[in-house]
Amino acid sequence: MGVVLDGLSWALLLAGSFFVITGGVGLLRFPDVYSRMHAAGMTDTLGAALFIAGLAVQGGFTLITVKLLMILLFIFFTSPTATYALANAVWSSGVRPKRRDGTACEAIDRSDEPSKS
Amino acid sequence: MMFAVAAAALLVTMLLALLRAYVGPTLYDRILAVNTFGTKTVLMIAVLGFLMGRPDFLDIALVYALINFIGTIAVLKFFRYGDLGRAGEGDS
Amino acid sequence: MLRIVSLGGALVVAWLLLSGHYTPLILAFGLFSVIAVVAIAVRMDVVDHESVPIHMTGRFLSYWIWLAREIVKANIDVAKRVWSPALPISPTLLWLKTSQPGELGQVIYANSITLTPGTVSVSLQEDRILVHAIAREVGDDLAAGEMDQRVTRLEASGIPAPAQGGQGA
Repeated sequence: MGVVLDGLSWALLLAGSFFVITGGVGLLRFPDVYSRMHAAGMTDTLGAALFIAGLAVQGGFTLITVKLLMILLFIFFTSPTATYALANAVWSSGVRPKRRDGTACEAIDRSDEPSKS
Repeated sequence: MMFAVAAAALLVTMLLALLRAYVGPTLYDRILAVNTFGTKTVLMIAVLGFLMGRPDFLDIALVYALINFIGTIAVLKFFRYGDLGRAGEGDS
Repeated sequence: MLRIVSLGGALVVAWLLLSGHYTPLILAFGLFSVIAVVAIAVRMDVVDHESVPIHMTGRFLSYWIWLAREIVKANIDVAKRVWSPALPISPTLLWLKTSQPGELGQVIYANSITLTPGTVSVSLQEDRILVHAIAREVGDDLAAGEMDQRVTRLEASGIPAPAQGGQGA
């Protein structure tokens, strides 16, 4: 039983490590602040969730796991709010996203389209 | 052992985020990098709690998550309005 | 009244789970804190359908399960883009319609968009939202409107379409 749980923790923590490092690499590789937000979002969502899950397996059914889940819930509520505040501040300051070739990316208005589903 | 590996992965990511904060180039890149660094710190504190066998570290992680969020919002507000006491556009 | 009781109940549960000490003194501190917080919240008049959305409790669960699957898929997609040597991204800005009747639904939609890597909500207006997508296909997926419809259904369950037009607080 202990071996199975340890293996599960290993798998979750390694997967979490992969997504967290990928987010960090994306933070460096992506060309402008808007696209970097996607990389940062990756570390905050799946990366954090896998880490917390891996620790929770070790915590078992105790208050430790409850606290871990609270941390995760909190990250899931605050991370998009902070990212939106940042994105909105960038937009209001007049910085526009760039395309790969360096030209500014214009907004396409698709708000008139009826949604299909 | 597994906690040490996880902590190492977090350290690498924090280093990458610091690099982005150092390179910039804009203020917003730096805020984004610092915010990412902060959420990684929360995970780091949680992992360290397990690594050292002191689960009470989790309370610190929870509080750090709160402070990181409030800090990011405060920095953004300060650079947007130059003042932390000012009411936002939505307030009357 | 139901909202006040459920807010107090949630706070009591949070205290008991976070404290872990069950001596009379600490429990008395907890009771005092919960009563103080609820009293302040009532006095600030923030205990409404927005801050304590008990009418959605049941629907939230199924929405979260769906959202979790979307987040996993989006994470794998963005991870592939990061590690691909050619860096296959095509940043796109899109104005999309939001079909939620109230502010709460719109905020849930905007946060869900941001929570899914590959799309970030940039600006929110009356009935439309500006979204930055990492690639054209990712933006097209979102424009198909499945998430929008799901959030609208989530918000529509329970409340009789808020007449105040989302200008609460």
